[in-house]
Amino acid sequence: MDVLMSDILTALIRIIVVFALALLTVAYLTYLERKVIGHMQVRMGPMRVGPHGLLQPIADGLKLFFKEDIVPTEGYRLTFYFAPILCLVCALILFAVIPFDAKFMISRLNIGLLYILSIASVGVMGIILAGWSSGSKYSLLGGLRSAAQIFSYEIFLGFSLMGPLMIAGSLDLVKIVEAQSVPFIVYQPVAFVIYLIAALGEINRVPFDLPEAESELVAGFHTEYSGMKFAYFFLAEYANMIIVSAIATIVFLAGWKGPILPGWMWFLIKMFIFIYFFIWVRATFPRYRYDQFMRIGWKIMLPLVLANIFVTGVVILFIGGY
Amino acid sequence: MAKKIESKVIDVLKRGTPFGRLEEGDVFNENLKIEDVWINMGPQHPSTHGVLRLVLALQGERIVDMEVVIGYLHRGTEKLAEFRTYHQFIPLTDRLDYLASPAMNFGYVLAVEKLAGIEVPIRAEYIRVLMAELARISSHLLWLATHALDIGAMTVFLYCFREREMILDLFEMATGGRLITTYYRIGGVANDLPDYFLDRCEEFCEIFPKRVEDYDALLYSNRIWLSRTVNIAKISAEKGLALGLSGPSIRGSGVNWDLRRSNPYSVYDKLDFEVAVFDGCDVYARYLVRRKEMLESCKIVKQCIEWLKKNPGGEVQAKVPKVFKPPVGEVYQAVEAPKGELGFYIVSDGSQRPYRLKIRAPSFANLMSLPEMCKGHLVADVVAAIGSIDVVLGEVDR
Repeated sequence: MDVLMSDILTALIRIIVVFALALLTVAYLTYLERKVIGHMQVRMGPMRVGPHGLLQPIADGLKLFFKEDIVPTEGYRLTFYFAPILCLVCALILFAVIPFDAKFMISRLNIGLLYILSIASVGVMGIILAGWSSGSKYSLLGGLRSAAQIFSYEIFLGFSLMGPLMIAGSLDLVKIVEAQSVPFIVYQPVAFVIYLIAALGEINRVPFDLPEAESELVAGFHTEYSGMKFAYFFLAEYANMIIVSAIATIVFLAGWKGPILPGWMWFLIKMFIFIYFFIWVRATFPRYRYDQFMRIGWKIMLPLVLANIFVTGVVILFIGGY
Repeated sequence: MAKKIESKVIDVLKRGTPFGRLEEGDVFNENLKIEDVWINMGPQHPSTHGVLRLVLALQGERIVDMEVVIGYLHRGTEKLAEFRTYHQFIPLTDRLDYLASPAMNFGYVLAVEKLAGIEVPIRAEYIRVLMAELARISSHLLWLATHALDIGAMTVFLYCFREREMILDLFEMATGGRLITTYYRIGGVANDLPDYFLDRCEEFCEIFPKRVEDYDALLYSNRIWLSRTVNIAKISAEKGLALGLSGPSIRGSGVNWDLRRSNPYSVYDKLDFEVAVFDGCDVYARYLVRRKEMLESCKIVKQCIEWLKKNPGGEVQAKVPKVFKPPVGEVYQAVEAPKGELGFYIVSDGSQRPYRLKIRAPSFANLMSLPEMCKGHLVADVVAAIGSIDVVLGEVDR
């Protein structure tokens, strides 16, 4: 019994630590984004709340918390409430399998990567439901766009991870990291680039932020949302940004491995390189039209990623693995 | 624009679908129609700048029909003119295209001067051209900023505002106002330029071309920018001319029509500049035209500064009586405003006030070619198309 109790206790502590840190990081990610983009655009970013605007995310959170909770009369009440919760829950439970260090993770699943991919696709259901249940045409168009987008990017995202998987020979995230004496980015540069592009699609960011293109669809699927429900979508989006960065770190950049510094620090450094990249892209590029995004996906990326899997397979067959 | 269900579809239903089958004897209304989705874009939509409403008929995301609804900013400027003296009307012209108020003043005072046969001092002419060209740059900067933002490039927006700020500072120096300048007077300008104005202006002209390179780095050959603008919202030269398209928008369709060159007024015939003409007919061509125009305007400003520095001092205001009564008659005078051909048609009955004043606003005419441009495109392209004709609703509704 004691052993079981201590197991549960350590698991609980880990869950609390990871989730508290995850939510805090998510909140401060919005701050980071505004600061970084601000400086790229020759302005200051938030400066008013606290020194250098450090309390801005907290002020934003409080503001959203006290906002009136509006449900459109035309909307479907139940799904309207359910959609943002689905989005946020799906984003947060992904943190359960991320190994931040050789030892530190909430749970070690032997099908970790598969778990992440499948939960991520459930999360997008939230967006579709939100668009549909709002009872507004703009929301519906936003929801439909994301429905079309799921079919496209999920496939490339999955396939681009296939090359590294074949080399590692496991779906277990820890084993994938352990298999990388040389980071997989060296063996799989094509897969890496495709993963980054597909990831931009997965987290709805410029240049693929089509479901919420503000100049065309007002705010896309979350046009009708306000207050905490809107905050849920917002948090989910930034949590997803951390997750895709974490996966990229694990699969392509050898996770926590690195000289001198402790493992978790290496992990965070590598992860924030990706997050910085996503922010940087947002400050630089215009937005694609959604049919153009589809064309790029199906006509360029899909053949490329399939060829990548084929070549990887042939090489493994003849060399007999790395 | 509803379509009747084709007989092919009915055949498929009769053969059976996963959702059921149309049985013999089932009542089926053959006149059932597939309706288009009608959607309101604006006036509260972020891309319609608050005062424009577009009604779109969509099939999926493709536009089959479009209606432009205007009038949200109507202030009755033309009627107001009939109750104001010729001098008093100048501030109202500022409120037409409020993003380039000197250019609006310019058109009006030229028309009145032509009506009354007033000779303007040459120094005032150069100052007027200088201010009008600065206004053109400022207007085009704001256009580029919002156009790029609509297509999703947010950094360009802030870069452009940085340079526009410099121009607004110059306006403030010379006129006291930043947006609404009211600087021109019948027979000249309100006052001579202040000290250091020309030096500051010269500084701006040095910096500006380099800053255009910054914008180019983000847009000019950016693949995403190209795929969003090339071959989008095309309009042929004939169609454009028939619909009254003018200014940079028609020059993007390969029509070499710039009033500063084709029908020179003020001192434009003494200045050296190129008319920007591109023949892509699409959003990208219109972008190229305005981009080049900014640089050409910068050249004109430089030449004006040179002239003004060489010829210091002198009158900037002709003798015009306080109680100003132009002779009976009518006049039409058009200038090349940043948005296109801006015309003032004035009928005078010899009194202190115009008997009738009609404004030919470029944005109003340009807006009418928007449905033509957008049909068959996607919703996302409407935003690009609105941006590419650069409408200012103050001018459309008057």
